[in-house]
Amino acid sequence: MQPSELRQTAPAKKKLARRLNEQKYLLLMLSPAVIWALCFCYLPMVGIYMAFVNYQPSLGDFWHHLFHAEFVGVDWFEYFFRNGDFVRIMRNTIASTLLTLLFSFPAPIIIAIAVNEVKNGLFRRSVQTVSYLPHFISWVIAANIVVTVLSSDGVVNSLLKFLHLTDASVLFLQEGKYFWWIVAFANTWKDMGYSSIIYLAAISSINGDLYEAAKVDGAGRFKQIRYITLPHLKPTIVILLILSLGGILNAGFDQHFLLGNGLVQDYSDVLSTYSFRYGLQNSMFSYASAVGVFNSVVAFMLIVVVNFASKKLNNQSLF
Amino acid sequence: MLRRFTDSDTWFDLFNYLFLAAVFVVTFYPFWNILVISLNDATDSVRGGLYLWPRVFTFESYATIFRNTELMGSIKVTVLRTLLGTPLSVLAISMMAYSLSKRELVAWRFFTLFFIFTMYFGGGLIPTYMVIKSLGLIDSFWVFIFPGLIGVFLMILVRTYIEGLPGEVEESAKIDGANDLQIFVRIVLPLCIPVLATIALFIGIGHWNAWYDSYIYTYKPELKTLQAVLVKILNQFQTGDMVSEAEKLANSSKRIPVSGESIRMAVTMVATLPIIMVYPFVQRYFVKGIMMGAIKS
Repeated sequence: MQPSELRQTAPAKKKLARRLNEQKYLLLMLSPAVIWALCFCYLPMVGIYMAFVNYQPSLGDFWHHLFHAEFVGVDWFEYFFRNGDFVRIMRNTIASTLLTLLFSFPAPIIIAIAVNEVKNGLFRRSVQTVSYLPHFISWVIAANIVVTVLSSDGVVNSLLKFLHLTDASVLFLQEGKYFWWIVAFANTWKDMGYSSIIYLAAISSINGDLYEAAKVDGAGRFKQIRYITLPHLKPTIVILLILSLGGILNAGFDQHFLLGNGLVQDYSDVLSTYSFRYGLQNSMFSYASAVGVFNSVVAFMLIVVVNFASKKLNNQSLF
Repeated sequence: MLRRFTDSDTWFDLFNYLFLAAVFVVTFYPFWNILVISLNDATDSVRGGLYLWPRVFTFESYATIFRNTELMGSIKVTVLRTLLGTPLSVLAISMMAYSLSKRELVAWRFFTLFFIFTMYFGGGLIPTYMVIKSLGLIDSFWVFIFPGLIGVFLMILVRTYIEGLPGEVEESAKIDGANDLQIFVRIVLPLCIPVLATIALFIGIGHWNAWYDSYIYTYKPELKTLQAVLVKILNQFQTGDMVSEAEKLANSSKRIPVSGESIRMAVTMVATLPIIMVYPFVQRYFVKGIMMGAIKS
């Protein structure tokens, strides 16, 4: 959000009333967005107060009941930290994001480099087109696909049996120990092609002369990748890695909710699905919002820290 | 010397092509597999082993969907929210972006931070649900339109684009006595068509794919979107209900035996097909969109 050089005309010091009159249409055009943000972003932030009271779901006005409910301070937070679920939920959240990062972070880099080395235009375009596709389907469809290929007579099991790696079908979605891996692979499958676009853009800005010079010096393709492509990608890689660390608590509601089931709940429950379950399914509204507040606050602090780090390292920042 | 390099380059190319072919298969095949199972006769599908081609080809699963009023209703809701929600969002976002592109706007810095903050901090699921409820949006079609009306990130894309437009046209219109509203409608909007098309695609796909709002904010069956119905089918399939939603739908046709599995595949395909169909035409825009986003942040 750098100030545009073009628009740097300093606002003349005019009377506020006159400026308001001059800009009435601009303000009018901004008003739907302001109303939207107040209703759907800032009102829920006021609603966070719910986490500090003992809100009883009852008929009638939400705000009235909220502000007349018994104030309990941080009791709900304490309850969350003490009741044993905290450790399990945090373990699942962090394990799932870290495992996802392990696969989904290098994959687009490798794909971008590989695609860049392809000279055949048609092949290159086909691979790119198809690999972007999963990004645009919903997680509902993706979950249906995952469930299908991993089912007991699905493709993966057939392949495992064909290769004699297993005799009986592996029930992937019914055993907790596989769950984080499934989510990690599903995340990678869905977004690896699409994420490679950023790296391809970075590669395309590398000066072609460097490759020519390397060729003259006798560097093979591997050496060209190692000494030219990768070093040029490094700044992009570093900033994207830092940014993804900011999302470590954001394990993704959709995939955990849609792929999880009662049998694997001990491994599939993450902060967002846990809050959903207690709030909207068990009606423990105050407890669930306390869990949500914990999630938002820690995630926000992470983003601030990460943004600071990226400012220091790359001189780039989000805000 | 030269031979050696050519050889290692050949090996490199071979492995590179094989690797990318594997990427192609891994991303493409799951879609193909769903299509194959959805086009196979349901009773025959139970035998398994359907990988490359349907054994007993039939459109019966699809016919069942189109005979089913609940599913057709959900398709209607999804189409309606996409067709109505997309232009409304594009309009609201572009008006907002135009206003915020004027740095001389009163309290410009305040407004900017006011919106940026919402990108990084929110009330969370439960307070949001309560607010939606207290606004009377539960079980209302408008719950699909209003809460997601603005995308602050998309606004930044549009604003950046507007800031890159040459300012002279606007200035001369101003001298001719046009107000900001007229300038916006007659000059800025037409010039912004490329970026607006890009965000319209993002928003449209978002509407088509949305399930969460329908799943949690609506209870009436006639307000369920296609994806929300698919979630219901998936949930029941996962928990292994004796008579799943898909089987109920299958049995309601009562004509030819259709299994829950093949209905699940067919609904998945119906929900995916529009994306696959528009996708080749709009792919360029998506790429442009993410590039613009990448440059910005």
